[in-house]
Amino acid sequence: MSKINLLQAINQALDSTLAQNDLAICFGEDVGHFGGVFRATSHLQEKYGKQRCFNTPLTEQGIIGFANGAAAQGMTAIAEIQFADYIFPAFDQIVNESAKFRYRSGNEFNVGSLTIRTPYGGGINGAHYHSQSPEAYFTHTPGLKIVVPRNPYQAKGLLLASIRDPNPVIFFEPKKLYRASVGEVPDTDYELPLGQGDLLREGTDITLVAWGAQVEAIEKAADMAAEQGISCELIDLRTLLPWDRDLLAASVKKTGRLIINHEAPKTSGFGAEIAAAIQEECFLYLESPIIRVTGLDTPFPLALEKEYMPDALKTFEAIKASMTF
Amino acid sequence: MTDKRKTDALIVHRPVFIDSSQLSIPTLRILKDDGTLYPDASLPDIDEALALKIYDTFLFIRALDERMLASQRQGRISFYMTETGEEAADIGSTAALTADDMIMAQYREQGALAFRGFSLDQFMNQIFSNELDLGKGRQMPIHYGSQALNYMTISSPLGTQIPQATGYAFALKTQNKPNCVICYFGEGAASEGDFHAALNMAGVFKVPVIFFCRNNGYAISTPAHEQFAGDGIASRGVGYGIKTLRVDGNDVLAVLKATQEARRMAVEQHEPVLIEAMTYRLGAHSSSDDPSGYRNKSEEETWRAKCPVLRFKLWLIAQGWWDEDQEEQRKQAHRSAIVNAMKKAEKIPAPTLEDLFSDVYDTPPWHLQEQYDALKAHIRKYPEAYPKTSWRLDHE
Repeated sequence: MSKINLLQAINQALDSTLAQNDLAICFGEDVGHFGGVFRATSHLQEKYGKQRCFNTPLTEQGIIGFANGAAAQGMTAIAEIQFADYIFPAFDQIVNESAKFRYRSGNEFNVGSLTIRTPYGGGINGAHYHSQSPEAYFTHTPGLKIVVPRNPYQAKGLLLASIRDPNPVIFFEPKKLYRASVGEVPDTDYELPLGQGDLLREGTDITLVAWGAQVEAIEKAADMAAEQGISCELIDLRTLLPWDRDLLAASVKKTGRLIINHEAPKTSGFGAEIAAAIQEECFLYLESPIIRVTGLDTPFPLALEKEYMPDALKTFEAIKASMTF
Repeated sequence: MTDKRKTDALIVHRPVFIDSSQLSIPTLRILKDDGTLYPDASLPDIDEALALKIYDTFLFIRALDERMLASQRQGRISFYMTETGEEAADIGSTAALTADDMIMAQYREQGALAFRGFSLDQFMNQIFSNELDLGKGRQMPIHYGSQALNYMTISSPLGTQIPQATGYAFALKTQNKPNCVICYFGEGAASEGDFHAALNMAGVFKVPVIFFCRNNGYAISTPAHEQFAGDGIASRGVGYGIKTLRVDGNDVLAVLKATQEARRMAVEQHEPVLIEAMTYRLGAHSSSDDPSGYRNKSEEETWRAKCPVLRFKLWLIAQGWWDEDQEEQRKQAHRSAIVNAMKKAEKIPAPTLEDLFSDVYDTPPWHLQEQYDALKAHIRKYPEAYPKTSWRLDHE
């Protein structure tokens, strides 16, 4: 075990992959010698050479198209998109190609060995082009898996599982936690299962669900609620597609109440999917309406980022509203 | 005959592959490093007033960039980008235009905006994201924009402005406006699909646009030779049927001359033009970057010696239009004006809560109104947690 930050955990997962798998390559803008703008790929080119870890030209559609091709040939392609906000030129390659490669060919071809890593979310004074959480555009796309880690331990295990999963995965990294989140991580190679949520605190009165950096917000809100005698059960979804509906439904059947927290705007955010599915599963168990505490339906702001964010206070207010409904 | 492809222009009987050696692209240079002219050089249209306006913009931008980078280091602002070393490229080209020609910039062309007349206070209000920022505090520092000055607001995603420039120019042509669009981008952004779409469409539609590439050698850490294998960006213009010219981007007279000619072709003949200005990003990509990780000092020194500001200054002095005393005075004046404007701007409050919700649409639909009301109620309950907006929530 070593105490490392989230970036180092990602670096370890990539290092482990490149060491074990000769067909693994990682690439993207500035990821080579420089090690990426956040340094997630530091020293990998030094260790494995320019054939295995390299810079690409500045073209996101090119990066993912190239990655699709390399993965179709059988290589383990790990592509970095420098910011999730810049993934959209590659939207066609991801949504029409990566996601449908297997299906459209009747499984003659697939790009299952593709993983797209990309930093997402606010917290770095990045305004609307360095802060977005675009996960819901992709959870609406059959054929993709969507994974979001919340800390270094989760990041390493989930990234290794994403790389080895035989389906294309988009791995959203909470950039706000890159250096801020530090924790004990095994030095060895390990995987955490995709498609399974993580019950991180048991409780009896209300269920709070989030993923990535927002897990911190629900933890703080749960602490505030505990001081008022409210017992919260906390779930980190970890994978958004396919998501662990059964874990969440079992929790809501127990508590009867649910708050969903995500950073992306409310309208058509992934919270809408969760709320719909949980009312289908748990209708007779619900004691109050499911509440979404989310980013606003505005572009991500700069000066008023604090006001925009679905923080612990807003979550705490929602808990009280749900409890007193 | 509607098939106009040239299939029999030159017939050969054994395979002949062509490469870039068949195309040799010259570089326009007018001023030598020592500030003297090449004897056969064709000068741009320039008089003392224009020359001094360009030079004063150089001095202003150098002072602004230096001071704001220092402010970022002091934690007074979150982010900054300098254009040090590239001033001749954007300022010299903008100087060739009329004030109602549209500028669509990338993000390292604050000099062009300063030349247009963006005030020091306007710069500061944007950089400090205060309530007087024309962009209402929504974008990171250096994302300027001004309808009045025909400078389209900067967008961080790379290359998106390039096809927009083609469309904007098409609109100008369709309405018979005697104007053009200049579109700035770097050699890295030219790898984006948008670049290729833009040039192709401009060539097809014959629109008054000047694509102006600042080839400064680096896209963050990625050197140009890892960005493309061809002969720079200029060689691509030819492929898209666009008039193309390469210019020494550190020679402001050459940039001015090139752009004056380009503007004539664009506006009078609706010929799109590609200009590739060869220059060098002397500073870091941004305040978040440290170039010592990917290039060496001696390379930087080589380019520092080719300083576009110094080269032009030597020419101005030789014209008898400038001297060292004036130089010192202006530098000092810019520095103190910048410090004063900064102190003023950082005291101006953040935008109001209403500005978080305005402009998503022309008028806020019900769901935004609902979220605005809910947020106001929440902030009233916890005013200390949202100090930027709570203090005047009830005075808006």
